[in-house]
Amino acid sequence: MLESKAGIMLIAGLAFFGLAFVSNAVVPALMYQDLPELTAEQLVNGNLRYQFEDLARRYPEPFEKAYGKPPEEVAAREKWFNQKTADTLRLGRKLYVGEACWHCHSQFVRPVSNEEQRFGPVSKSIEYQNELQRPVMFGTRRVGPDLSREGGRRSNDWQAVHLFKPTSLSEGSPMPEYPWFFDGSPDKPNARGLAVLTYIQWLGSWLESYPYYEQYQPTPLPAEIPSSKTE
Amino acid sequence: MTNESLTRDVPPNRALIEERLVVWYFLASIAYLFISMLGGFLMAFQLIRHNPFNGIELLSPGRWRMIHTNAIAYGFLANAFLGNLHWIVPRLTLRPVFSRTLSYLIFAAWQLVVLSTAGGILMGEAQGLEWGETPVWIDPVAQLGLGLVAVNFMAPILKIKGPMYVTLWYFLAAFVWTFLTYAMGNFVPQYFVCGTSAGAVGGLFIHDLVGLFVTPLGWGSMYFFVPILLRKPIWSHGMSMVGFWGLAFFYPLQGIHHFLYTPIPMFLQYGAIVSTIAVEMVVLTVIVNFFGTLKGSSRALATNLPIRWFFTGMVFYAITCAQCALQTTLTFQALIHFSDWVVGHAHLVMFGVFGQWLLGVMTYLFPRLLKTEWASPKLCEWHFWLSSVGLFTMALDLTLAGLFQGWSWAALQPWDASVEISQPFWIVRIFAGIAMFAGQVLFCVNLWKTWQQSPLNKASLKSEALPA
Repeated sequence: MLESKAGIMLIAGLAFFGLAFVSNAVVPALMYQDLPELTAEQLVNGNLRYQFEDLARRYPEPFEKAYGKPPEEVAAREKWFNQKTADTLRLGRKLYVGEACWHCHSQFVRPVSNEEQRFGPVSKSIEYQNELQRPVMFGTRRVGPDLSREGGRRSNDWQAVHLFKPTSLSEGSPMPEYPWFFDGSPDKPNARGLAVLTYIQWLGSWLESYPYYEQYQPTPLPAEIPSSKTE
Repeated sequence: MTNESLTRDVPPNRALIEERLVVWYFLASIAYLFISMLGGFLMAFQLIRHNPFNGIELLSPGRWRMIHTNAIAYGFLANAFLGNLHWIVPRLTLRPVFSRTLSYLIFAAWQLVVLSTAGGILMGEAQGLEWGETPVWIDPVAQLGLGLVAVNFMAPILKIKGPMYVTLWYFLAAFVWTFLTYAMGNFVPQYFVCGTSAGAVGGLFIHDLVGLFVTPLGWGSMYFFVPILLRKPIWSHGMSMVGFWGLAFFYPLQGIHHFLYTPIPMFLQYGAIVSTIAVEMVVLTVIVNFFGTLKGSSRALATNLPIRWFFTGMVFYAITCAQCALQTTLTFQALIHFSDWVVGHAHLVMFGVFGQWLLGVMTYLFPRLLKTEWASPKLCEWHFWLSSVGLFTMALDLTLAGLFQGWSWAALQPWDASVEISQPFWIVRIFAGIAMFAGQVLFCVNLWKTWQQSPLNKASLKSEALPA
């Protein structure tokens, strides 16, 4: 049996592989089957909307070029922004994968090596139950820091300039430049640039300890809308 | 070790082997090795902040890093192994492959798969799965190709009667495993599960790609070539069985050890760690078995270059596995995960072990395929020494770099400090890479000269029409 064709194909080839697949893949899948998988639409939260609208405010022309004009009416505008944020997140994730960002930036904080102090709370399974983690972006190498708690740490301006030319903000950085996310200068992000910025600002935006931002007001654009009307 | 056909008349090589196809596979393999190495250089120069092409989209180091790894796995290793299989399987079974037409079809299809993978990655279409960045629209084609490969080679193997030789155990299992591994890795985390479970499958995929595709094809080839070159049987048949069955059982159970300290449940992480340490014991028996075979013939290391390639690869294998047994522990992981230690380890396995073996096989087979001796044995020596010393320097250098990076992170130094302390190591890595690259250039020069003096160069290749 140990040297026969059937033994090798059925026991070594199929059975052992199957055993490993069950124990290493099916078991975790079953353990997490009750955690719902969120869609990009469900992932849009106040922090992320704040950032996305911040992009609209900082880069009005590039923003309009990429997404068109938002509707005037408040409810429609609200819906429009949510949908654009979700679509942009999807595109941002595709670019993040396609540019291999995740080959130098991980997306999980371990409970060892003082990572909690450097990056923030240790990662939990529930954080990864969404369509943007399909396949998961854990990563295996950190040339640059972990990004799973990057959202909101730095402004969109900072991120844009850094993507355009990393060494201008972080001297000695070995990160490549991504000028193709911009139309010639860091204050003109194109659709791809806006998407990557949105994706970066999404990372960690779901955490309660999301850093540094004031409370968010839905649809603050344009600034003239009196708050009494929306209340 | 019974071989059913000892008494049968051995058919001539020409009836068994499509030698031209073996040559084609080897040439394709070498071409991808060069593409991969250039990608490696791009990333390496980026890291030392001297990338002359910074800011050019199609030469983005990130995209080329993915081409670097994919070209090694699917271009260099897969092509070389396919050439290798076209030589070994017919000679061991004394039967040709299922269909020569199919063989050429597979060759063309596989190059198409690899080239469109490279093209897709270059256009930013990569899939988010390490070592499986093949764009999702190529995956079904690649899957079909792997199925056809299995049919083509399993047909002659399944026709033989009685127990099979060790090599064929490994090959037969590898055909089943590779097909399953590719399907699991490329489809399950993309279409069926997300998040942490996808991570578990991704880890299993990275791991099985090395362990169930490359490793069995590699060891199968060693069990074939080493006894032939040393003109004696393998030292212990029993140990061969321990090696094969130990690998088959323990290797697939370890995928999660690539993602220790993630949210994947801890008991699964422990399981992966224990089976990793178990497989290192198994691996030890295989290495002992081969060095037992070498015992009494160790002069061959000096006189027989392919044997030297093979056994150097095995020494690297022993080092890799010792490294594995240590680095899979949680203690080591805390320090070295995410660092260049891992990158060094990957180079040691992919180039140091399987690259060395396949280059050894090419060194042995090219004179037989081209019907002439190597034009310059001296260049063959240079090829060996530059590759081996370059690779070992790179692996050692990156291993050390990984330790320093890990300590810098744990000590909560500013992030930039970990980049600064890496610079000397990254610079040494470039020089090691240049040595390896130079070795392959000399190999090609030598191959070109050998081709010039080959009797095949004159007419015969032209006279045969292309069936594919």
